[in-house]
Amino acid sequence: MRAVAMLIAASACCLSGVELRAEPMGDVVRGEQVYEAKCSGCHSLDANRVGPAHRGVVGRKVGSAPGFTYSEALHKARFTWTAQRLDRWLTDPSAYLPGSRMGFRLADPQARADVIAYLMRQK
Amino acid sequence: MNEPKTNIPNVNRRGALSVAGVGLLSVAAVGVLGASSAMAKAGSATAADADILNVALGLEHEAIAAYQVGAGSGLLQKPALDAAVLFQSHHKAHRDALIGAIKQLGGAPVDPKSMDQYAAALGVSAIKSQTDVLRLAAKLERGAANAYLGVIPSFKNSAFAQVAGRLAADEVMHWTVLSSVLGDSLPSSALTFGA
Repeated sequence: MRAVAMLIAASACCLSGVELRAEPMGDVVRGEQVYEAKCSGCHSLDANRVGPAHRGVVGRKVGSAPGFTYSEALHKARFTWTAQRLDRWLTDPSAYLPGSRMGFRLADPQARADVIAYLMRQK
Repeated sequence: MNEPKTNIPNVNRRGALSVAGVGLLSVAAVGVLGASSAMAKAGSATAADADILNVALGLEHEAIAAYQVGAGSGLLQKPALDAAVLFQSHHKAHRDALIGAIKQLGGAPVDPKSMDQYAAALGVSAIKSQTDVLRLAAKLERGAANAYLGVIPSFKNSAFAQVAGRLAADEVMHWTVLSSVLGDSLPSSALTFGA
C-alpha cells in the first residue's frame, strides 16, 4: 500500500478573512526516488558523509547527528526538525539558518513534500 | 538560536528554467581551473560561497575515493576500468579547482577522510561485481550532478554558479556513460536533473 503522509496546511490571516494555503501532499514512494536522485550525492540514511546521516531526522534536534561536525549555525540551533521546518530549510537553507554550509535548494514544493514524507518514515 | 522567522522567497518557474539551461554549458577541466582563479579574485564572493565550495570539495574527495575503490577492487574490466580512471581524473581536476578557489577566498579546504571511512560510508563491503561498482558510481554521479545544480541559486557570486553548472555537466556526462554501460534506460521525460 502506497503510504501517503499529509503535510499540515499553513494558514495566513488577512483583513478579509482567513486564507488557507494548502501544502502539497507528500508521497513516500516518490520521496524515496527524490532522495536517491537529489540527496544521495551528499547524504545517506545511516552514514555521515558530506552531510549528516538522515535516519530519524524528523523529531531530532537540529545539528545533533552523532559523529557529524556541523557548522556553528546548526550547532547553536535550539529546535527540532519538523516537516514544516524541513520544508523551509530545503527551500533555502542559507536563508533559514544563515551560516549553514548547505547551499542545496530543493525548489519544487512537491519534491520537498515527497522527500519529507519519506524522511518521516525513516525512524 | 531559536527557529528562524524569516520568510523564504519562492523559486519561480523562470528561475527553474534558467537553472536547467546552465547545464548546457561546455566543460573542460582546465577551463574550470582558470575560471575559478579569476572568479576568486573578483572580490564579490563571500564566506558563504566558500562554504558551499567546501561542501562540493567534500563531495569530490568522496568521488575520488569511490573510483579508487572501484579501480583497485579487481572487479572492473576494460573498458570500464579505463573509464573509471578517466572519470577519477576529472574529479581530481574538480578537487584541485575547488581547493584553489577556496584558498583564494580565504577559506580552509576540507581534507579527505580516510579510505576506511569512505569504504564504510559507501557500503563497499557489499560490492561483489563490476555491476555493483558501476551502480555505485552512477548513483554518486547523479547525486553529484543534482547537488551542483541545487546549489546554483545559493551562490552570491554568479561566476561560481557558472562553475557549478560546468561541474554538473561533467557529472552528468559520467552518469550517462555509466548508465549506458549498465543498460539502464534513458530518462523518459525532460528536466530530470536539477532540483
